[in-house]
Amino acid sequence: MKKNYVIEAENLSKIYAGVVPVKAVDEVNLQIQDNEFTAIVGPSGSGKSTLLNMIGGLDRPTSGTIKVNDILLNGMTDNQLINFRLHHIGFVFQSFNLIPVLTAKENAEFIMLLQKVPLQQREKRVMSLLKEVGLDDKLDSRPSQLSGGQQQRVAVARALASKPDFVLADEPTANLDSKSAFNLLDIMARLNQEEGITFIFSTHDQRVIDRARRVITLEDGKIVSDEIR
Amino acid sequence: MLLKLAWRNLWRNKRRTLITLASIFFAVILSTFMVSLKEGFYKGMIDSMVGAFTGYAQIHATGYWADKTLENSFEFNDSLAYRLKNANGLSSYAPRVESFALAASSEITRGTMVVGIDPKKEMLHTDLQDRVIEGEYLQEKDQGALLGEALAKYLKVGVGDTLVLLGQGYHGASAAGKYPIKGIVKFGSPELSKQLVFLSLQATQKLFDVEGRLTNLILLPDQKSETDELVQSLQSSIGNGYEVMAWQELTPEIINMMETEKMEGYVFMFILYMVISFGIFATILMMMAERMHEFGVLVAVGMKRINLAMVMILEILSISILGAFLGMLGALPICLYFYYYPIKLGAELEEMVADYGMEAVLQASISPNIFIQQAIIVGLIGCAIAIYPLWKISRLDAINAMRS
Ligand SMILES: Nc1ncnc2c1ncn2[C@@H]1O[C@H](COP(=O)(O)OP(=O)(O)O)[C@@H](O)[C@H]1O
Ligand SMILES: [Mg+2]
Repeated sequence: MKKNYVIEAENLSKIYAGVVPVKAVDEVNLQIQDNEFTAIVGPSGSGKSTLLNMIGGLDRPTSGTIKVNDILLNGMTDNQLINFRLHHIGFVFQSFNLIPVLTAKENAEFIMLLQKVPLQQREKRVMSLLKEVGLDDKLDSRPSQLSGGQQQRVAVARALASKPDFVLADEPTANLDSKSAFNLLDIMARLNQEEGITFIFSTHDQRVIDRARRVITLEDGKIVSDEIR
Repeated sequence: MLLKLAWRNLWRNKRRTLITLASIFFAVILSTFMVSLKEGFYKGMIDSMVGAFTGYAQIHATGYWADKTLENSFEFNDSLAYRLKNANGLSSYAPRVESFALAASSEITRGTMVVGIDPKKEMLHTDLQDRVIEGEYLQEKDQGALLGEALAKYLKVGVGDTLVLLGQGYHGASAAGKYPIKGIVKFGSPELSKQLVFLSLQATQKLFDVEGRLTNLILLPDQKSETDELVQSLQSSIGNGYEVMAWQELTPEIINMMETEKMEGYVFMFILYMVISFGIFATILMMMAERMHEFGVLVAVGMKRINLAMVMILEILSISILGAFLGMLGALPICLYFYYYPIKLGAELEEMVADYGMEAVLQASISPNIFIQQAIIVGLIGCAIAIYPLWKISRLDAINAMRS
């Protein structure tokens, strides 16, 4: 019987044209199952961001296919992709994830507003999520009043608020001190274990890599190792 | 939610928003005040010509305006009276005989325009009666004369003196008459002041030998703003033997001046508004530039570009509308002040405006149209500028934007 994957990439390539064309991602085949806690690792420039962006429907592959829960992303229009991201994928970026003029609570609520989730449901969910990331005392703080680690935790809450199929986090700890980085990883790992949220994150921080259950290593856009621990 | 975002973003950089707001504010004040003065100026001109002498519209025999002689006078018959009585939008009319004559005092002679009026009816059309500064206004069938102030001065005559009029009557008859001076009339327009002699209609008809005939009928429409419509409908109802003209045609020099003045005004306003357009645009440009990363995140997490553009557009519109509104509020007391306390023009300007036949005061207009017009202009500028973020956001690439 064919196994269902959350993410399935086949012969995925991204070539940046230029005087010397760059093969940022080179013929990658990758399957990710529900409930994974997977790190994409590799040195800077190895293609981690490019791969995650294509998986997340932010960037289009030069060749190859990506499916999310058996839905093919390749043929979608720009607006279809935006809508797909809104309902299926949670994003945590490296830094400055949040809208500066909105409070922590409003930021976490934002995607649910775009999804037109009714007010009561929104309130309930945003409260429980901010509690889970340990920020229920910072509801009304603006991002500028939060530390980098706290900001990333709000971003995780926002990503989860939309009930996505999986959460993509491109170097979420890159700008954090190690204490905050571990704290963020702890929260992500707990959400993965307790709520079954699928996380795919990129990093080149060895201490973060150690927390992952599956580690996919990229080099020059190619997968050079894929270990499950 | 979009509104909330827009509003908060606007106050993110308070100083910049306030500077932009202030520039719109002052531009709107300046521009509103300027237009207000101009409109007031035109109104003054129209009033001083139309209200003092020409009336809002006139009927003549066809050809009279091009060749103002008594040969082009007309008989005021029952059929014409009937049609005027049934005309829509006509409030009243007053008969006149106007012709040229030499006026002589004991020492001096001068060319004048003799105007025969029905003293009672004339009161409904012009403010001649109020302009009598010495002596008295005319009675029906009066045998006396009213003189323009400048003319009286020139002829060195006053109330009680005798004026001799010499001219040519209907069909070449000679016209001559002696009239006691009953009153002196003051006009803002020096042209009028040094030319006009008023007699009763009866006396004038007798002088020029045109009993039963008129040269002009002065018309007062029900609605001054509907003068043109009245002129058109009258022209078709009373037929080819008559020409019906509105004040614009009767006083073409006012219209010419208004046109050139208006063009100059538009050029000034255009420059002024170009300056604030660039001000708003620069603000928007900066606002967009420093938020590119944020825009990238928003589109990445699933915000539709159109919604994002909406936020920017709301920001632009609220800043322009707020600025325009405050500007209007600021301009109102200024315009009101100069409405109630018109500006007295200096000697140099006085001469200039007198050439156009008006008094040397500049009264601001407080017509709501002026304020609405300014608000619409700023609104349109806002809309035009809003095209930029719309365009920019429609082609925004989330990944690139996030890199900035
Ligand atoms: N927009 C782009 N245009 C050209 N080259 C790019 C672009 N984005 C990434 N690259 C190149 O693709 C390669 C992979 O980049 P990236 O995916 O950002 O790697 P990582 O995230 O692992 O640091 C690098 O060599 C980078 O220079
Ligand atoms: Mg990267």
